[in-house]
Amino acid sequence: MKKEILKIERTTKSKNPKKSRADFLYLIIPYASLLIILIIFPTLLILGRSFSIGSNTGLINRIGLDNYIYYFTRPEYNKVMFYSIWIAFITTVITMIIAYPAAYFISRLKERTANTMILIITIPMWINMLLRIFAWKYILDENNIIYNIIKAVSGAEVHLLGTDFAIILGLTYIFLPFMIIPIHTVLQKIDRSLIEAGRDLGGTRLKTFLKVTLPLSLPGVLSGITMVFLPAATNIEVFQYLGEAKQNIGLLIDKGFNSTGNWGLFSAISIVLSIIIMIMVFFVNKLEKRLGDNENE
Amino acid sequence: MNKKQLENISRHFYLILIVFFLVAPIIYLIIFSFNSTSSMNTFVSFGVDKYFELFANDDFVEAVFVTLSIAIIATIVSIIIGTIAAIALVKMKRGLKESIIYLTNIPIMNPEIVTAVALMIFFLSTSIGVGYFPMLLAHIAFCTPYVIITLYPRIKKLDPHCLEAALDLGATPNQALRKVILPQLRGAIIAAFSIAFTMSFDDFVISYFTGGNVENISTFIYSTKKPVEILPEALSFTTILTVSIILIFVIRHIIYVIKNRNEENEDK
Repeated sequence: MKKEILKIERTTKSKNPKKSRADFLYLIIPYASLLIILIIFPTLLILGRSFSIGSNTGLINRIGLDNYIYYFTRPEYNKVMFYSIWIAFITTVITMIIAYPAAYFISRLKERTANTMILIITIPMWINMLLRIFAWKYILDENNIIYNIIKAVSGAEVHLLGTDFAIILGLTYIFLPFMIIPIHTVLQKIDRSLIEAGRDLGGTRLKTFLKVTLPLSLPGVLSGITMVFLPAATNIEVFQYLGEAKQNIGLLIDKGFNSTGNWGLFSAISIVLSIIIMIMVFFVNKLEKRLGDNENE
Repeated sequence: MNKKQLENISRHFYLILIVFFLVAPIIYLIIFSFNSTSSMNTFVSFGVDKYFELFANDDFVEAVFVTLSIAIIATIVSIIIGTIAAIALVKMKRGLKESIIYLTNIPIMNPEIVTAVALMIFFLSTSIGVGYFPMLLAHIAFCTPYVIITLYPRIKKLDPHCLEAALDLGATPNQALRKVILPQLRGAIIAAFSIAFTMSFDDFVISYFTGGNVENISTFIYSTKKPVEILPEALSFTTILTVSIILIFVIRHIIYVIKNRNEENEDK
């Protein structure tokens, strides 16, 4: 008798979530349509365009790999792609070197001071990126602060705009907060007793940092890397204002679509870029997962 | 001075340097927005001409209007679509759920320029064309995934028994949604709101490709590509923006402090 009652209870219980599941499923409809119309369909269109040869506005003469072959056999396009990735790589390394100590010091401050610091660091992010790059354009320009300092110190009149230095400086400026914040978030969460344990067990400060703090903060560093590297590789604004004649892949695609450029070719370049980025994301995610697994063991 | 003090001072010095690096260009723009001439390297004398120029320039005022209206509409729409989608996602079967989350990550990971170009090809190949409405659609399209990734982890952590209890006690799913789920998500929705709003407000690349002749603030600044010449509107606008953002933060902080004090008093 008792068993039967239990059975009934169990069936009603298991039915309940199913019922609520069906009740809430229709809520996905608006988002699903948005995904299909505004994300999947345009992606398929650009993919299709990259394989077709014909006029920009519709007529397709032929389907083939011509655009990709054209891209891969042109050294000037490949050079731009490698140059963009190289600049993004250097930027990521520099932001990491600057941001890690900053995040570390902030996480050692009193909680209220730390929160205020993070707030101050986020304020520039609220101001239009173009305006901030504009500021650097003026600052780096001839007859202005940095130019005059270099002139006073070394006597040389250095034209800074258009150099890799100016570009990397601009990118570092824009993306530094995106590296500080994730590292700080992770460092802040580290249990202080772990560090104390490391010290109590006879580790020097450096050793405790290398064996305890640094490995625990790696997930934050990794998410910082994705948040800096990917947008830095395709950033248009910095190259437009601080790069003068220099071009990166973002600007190349931008100009390709806006001037006389052949849409098929630039669609193909966009697809190649997307694939490179997606492969990188895939590996970073895998690394992140592995780190997470190690932590759980 | 002992070693520890020295270390503390150097730490603070490093942090001050970082803040200086991040803030100095903005302060530079603010100072020179009060310059009476258009020079960007010598401060001649104090003047507010640039602020009058800002409001006299109809194109710029219109760009501000476009930016604000699109940011507000896109944020509200993407919050609504994103919130209900995230709720549905939690209740979904694993396979479908994973493929939707996977698709949600595409616009987040994909380079902005590729998303922009794909949307432009889409709008131009259909009869929609480019302009205000396509720009709005594009903004909704790239804000919604961010709303979902902000809200989804929070909804996953909600106690499912709360919802079941509400349904068992006779609430309709709609009532349960409004009275049980949404109130618990207030903090996360505010976070998603500020992410979506800033992303839309500051967007350049996607607006540039989908807006056509309709300009928002970013594309307006970009289209005046005068090489060294000064853009007076940009300077005065930066100043107004910075001051209002700092004001918002200060007001928020004051409210927070007052609230805490009241709670403390209540405890006593």
